[in-house]
Amino acid sequence: MPEFTPILTAAAMHRALTRIAHEIAERNEASAEVVLVGIQRGGVPLARRLGTLLGQIWGQAVPTGSLDVSMHRDDLDQRVAPNVQPTVIPFDVTGKTVVLVDDVLFSGRTVRAAMDALNDFGRPRRIQLAVLVDRGHRELPIKADFVGKNVPTARNESVRVCLAEAGSPDEVVLEKPS
Amino acid sequence: MSWNRKHLLDIESLTVEEILTVLDTARAFKAVSERAIKKVPALRGKTVVNLFVEPSTRTRTSFELSEQRLSADIINFTAEASSLKKGETLKDTARNLEALNVDFIVIRHSASGAPHFLSRVLHASVINAGDGAHEHPTQALLDAFTIREKKGRIEGLNVTILGDILYSRVARSDIWALTRLGAKVTLCGPSTLVPRVFEQMGCRVTYNVEEAIRDADIINLLRIQHERQRKTMFPSLNEYTSLFGLNKARLALTKPDALIMHPGPINRGVEIDSDIADSGRSVILEQVTNGLAVRMAVLFLVNGGKGPQEVAP
Repeated sequence: MPEFTPILTAAAMHRALTRIAHEIAERNEASAEVVLVGIQRGGVPLARRLGTLLGQIWGQAVPTGSLDVSMHRDDLDQRVAPNVQPTVIPFDVTGKTVVLVDDVLFSGRTVRAAMDALNDFGRPRRIQLAVLVDRGHRELPIKADFVGKNVPTARNESVRVCLAEAGSPDEVVLEKPS
Repeated sequence: MSWNRKHLLDIESLTVEEILTVLDTARAFKAVSERAIKKVPALRGKTVVNLFVEPSTRTRTSFELSEQRLSADIINFTAEASSLKKGETLKDTARNLEALNVDFIVIRHSASGAPHFLSRVLHASVINAGDGAHEHPTQALLDAFTIREKKGRIEGLNVTILGDILYSRVARSDIWALTRLGAKVTLCGPSTLVPRVFEQMGCRVTYNVEEAIRDADIINLLRIQHERQRKTMFPSLNEYTSLFGLNKARLALTKPDALIMHPGPINRGVEIDSDIADSGRSVILEQVTNGLAVRMAVLFLVNGGKGPQEVAP
């Protein structure tokens, strides 16, 4: 039987996102230049939540988009074709500070693909990375700017992020294979 | 959603889920074509051969552009300028191409089953771009995509396919796809070109054009395939036009929101009045746009069908 260890409760997740929102606000004084882009799928609801929190801090709405990286992955010929989700970026990213948002940072390959995909939409002034969980095991020189929680993991473990938007209560758990 | 196939040979063998996977994936690729940068690196480093042994402009250019937009390298091969003219067999031509380490072969051939044959003798992925009067799977997928995009659904819709059914691979693929997705398909045309045997595919057959179009949500017009007919199947094109051509009087009988489709090339004044082809009821040019997205989706999915069958995290 696989073993489940809680990493973040709903309350802890909310506190982590609130802290990340404040850190984004602290790092980026020019609020009008910041846009949020969630990486499909887990990053998209998180980007929306961060957008709401940042909107409360700044008193103005923060443009939020979603990005699917399937077409830019580096393992397309080694796996079944991924389910492609919609990419919706209803603003120009050129000259903006784009905060990429994802649920779990692992090998870093998704983030590389995301930066590649984002380039097709314009030339951001800078790209920052916010993740709910950093579980280590990077395969590329990529580091998050904003982290909800660092979790040391073994390679064969998996991190499950459950979000209310996807139909299950907010929670992050570590799954250890039996 | 799942796709585990290395080839796209026909619609007949696809499940509903597989057809819907193509349509859903195509939606994302349609968005790519609407961006400033219309290219993604999904097939970077892959080589595609477009082996068009039978003439084609529309399908070939659509495949070529979709391959380019996926960043694949392309070799174009047409019957007129090839060693097939010098007596080489299809198998030898294909094996020579494969010796160049190509990854995909998109084939159009006048012989039904040619893509299936190639898929058995080659390691590359084979995509059927039309084989004889058998199937034209990407056309059916783009037709289904267009109908779903315009009407929001396919299930329960009345689709009438009007024209040369007997010699049409588009009709066969459309019938497989649309009946499988729950549409009610009616076939109409001269009795010589619409044999009753098609009722076995789950269609209604009628020779009365007014009856065929009256309740239709979609009217899909097919061209008379002069080149595939070995003998004259009806007295004259003029008679065909007067009996079955879509003109203003007939259009007035249809539902006000019935859409007109045509796989092209259209013969203005034969199966369709020029004004109707250019009217707001016609989605003929949107079919062309959607063809690109569907072909990108098919290449993308088939590429994944070659990998180990596991889903990466």
